[in-house]
Amino acid sequence: MNDVIHGGDGVTIAGIELELFERGGGSPILFLHGAGGVRPDDPFVDLLAQRYRVIVPSHPGFGKSTLPDWLDSVDDIAHIHLELLDRLGLRQVDLIGTSVGGWIAAEMATKTPERFAHLVLIGPVGVKTGPVDRLDVPDMFAMPQDKLQRLLYHDPDKFRPDVKALSDEQIATMARNRETLALIAWEPYMHNPKLKHRLHRVSAPTLFLRGESDGLVSAEYLERYARLIPNARLATIGQAGHAPQLEQAQVTAAKVLEFLGATR
Amino acid sequence: MKAWHFSENAYPYLPPEQDYESIRVTLPNRNYDPKLGAALYDRFLDEWCIAEDEGVEIMLNEHHQTATCVDPAAPIVLGALARLTKKARLLILGNPVANRRQPVRVAEEMAMVDVLSKGRLECGFVRGVPYEVLPANSNPVRMNERQWEAMDLIVKAWTHHDGPFSHEGRFFHHRNVNIWPRCYQQPHPPVWVSTTSPGGAKRVGTRGYVQATFLTGYRETAAIYNAYRAGWREAGRGQDIPVNRLAYACLLYAGDTEQQARAGAEKLLWYMTSNKVPPHFQYPPGYLPPAAQVNLIRGATLDQHAANRGNATVDRAIEAGIMFAGTPDQVFLQIKKFYDHVGGFGHLLIMGQAGFLEHDETVAGIRCFARNVYPRLKDAFPDLAISGPEKERVVA
Repeated sequence: MNDVIHGGDGVTIAGIELELFERGGGSPILFLHGAGGVRPDDPFVDLLAQRYRVIVPSHPGFGKSTLPDWLDSVDDIAHIHLELLDRLGLRQVDLIGTSVGGWIAAEMATKTPERFAHLVLIGPVGVKTGPVDRLDVPDMFAMPQDKLQRLLYHDPDKFRPDVKALSDEQIATMARNRETLALIAWEPYMHNPKLKHRLHRVSAPTLFLRGESDGLVSAEYLERYARLIPNARLATIGQAGHAPQLEQAQVTAAKVLEFLGATR
Repeated sequence: MKAWHFSENAYPYLPPEQDYESIRVTLPNRNYDPKLGAALYDRFLDEWCIAEDEGVEIMLNEHHQTATCVDPAAPIVLGALARLTKKARLLILGNPVANRRQPVRVAEEMAMVDVLSKGRLECGFVRGVPYEVLPANSNPVRMNERQWEAMDLIVKAWTHHDGPFSHEGRFFHHRNVNIWPRCYQQPHPPVWVSTTSPGGAKRVGTRGYVQATFLTGYRETAAIYNAYRAGWREAGRGQDIPVNRLAYACLLYAGDTEQQARAGAEKLLWYMTSNKVPPHFQYPPGYLPPAAQVNLIRGATLDQHAANRGNATVDRAIEAGIMFAGTPDQVFLQIKKFYDHVGGFGHLLIMGQAGFLEHDETVAGIRCFARNVYPRLKDAFPDLAISGPEKERVVA
């Protein structure tokens, strides 16, 4: 994604300088990244961009987006991205979010349901529907990195970061992304207790996607999550973990494009 | 110089190390026998009382979900010590206020101990080591900001005597703060803050609180004290910073013979060698500054202390300046060398018990230090000496 809007004056919202990428043309999609941040070479976004205008912001505190002292929740970020839509003059978009980006997307869709024609949530977190004495999402802040890698990916070896090949700046960004994730998802862990009582407001047809090897977001979790949204369906992507858009970009993009087109 | 006897109240009767992942956070408490634990509490309280009898002051701290320090509520032990002792100063170092949800409750606890002890409290505050965030479920991001807001609120709660005030801050909210009792010492007990980074020390210096640093050795201590002095001067507190604003925590064992001292020192090393903690507990996101995180991800290991768990020997620990051990002469000279190197300090915080160092051995170490080393330290390093590089101290 070379077509960076950011630069010059940048996109400044509530004092936050947002890093913003854009690809393709046509009907707009807002794509909200997960905890790993925007991947500049994301094949999934490229595939969507063949048919759509895809807008990809880095959330505050991720990538090169700044993080103000007052911001500390997913709810805060949802408000920032709603204002981003205003700033771009977009009255209605298709909204896609993955992992923690799915949580942000779900929050946005409860606040202004009419602004979203379709909602796609890929391995989203954000609700707590299981028992009090068991985490809905395994505690990624209390496990060895190698175990986390295995929960994240169907093929963990293929996606192990080659630290030697990365610049200090890239590594610092990785560390900062993780720090911001902790800031917004530490407690309550990976959810907003209010969200499940607000999801009935979502009016867009909604597609939940899950990689079948996802070790963080279980099938049961997504089934319970999907039942909270009036018009939701579920699909599974084979040979993929928590990031099917990365491990199976073609299949995932095809499913998403079919969903967006089929119900248009 | 003031010396303080410090004991972590460790519970050392553990299964073989290879049988558990971590001595902190996750070690199941089925490994803790409450009857043995009760005997240990008796013993450690006795040792603090013996230290008092020998003219040494008392220090304690707090950790959670760990066998290394079974004192998860230091204010409770402080309350017991307030009644068991009569003259020693009582230093808690400290209250982990970045992990406590109610700073006003901390202000109450400390004011109560100050009254119970008739004004002997020295009140320390700490950010908390990284593996404390999981037991407290405390967000590791923005801990410094929480710590400072909490400390300022506590000092205000101590010093405000005219009925309720309100506090609507970034992290804490109280509409009616009006603590009872108020502190015995006026305006409030001496405040201590521990930090092991120059950035943190500078901020402590601006307030003039006592700065304590733990096991930072020859490698890091001077920079921390320099930063403290810079903060002190920038805040307009004057050019000279007395050594009694600076404290250093070490492992220390003095014995009548080299052989006795060596045996005690070897056992004290348990404090370092037992600290088996996996990286995911040591480095929670946001705890370390970005540059340190980059190095970690690149595979560097950070030695929390100047000698690390893997290579800890008595000789290395002495060489690094994190342990003083030997005959009284040897210990005095080791401390003098370190004192001169770092620019002076007024408080020696002595880890005088660890692991399997038995009661008799602990007491022998306390007595040997108190009778044969401490008087020389008091003579050589007066409390109101000026800290800093040797030239500055001579001129002052």
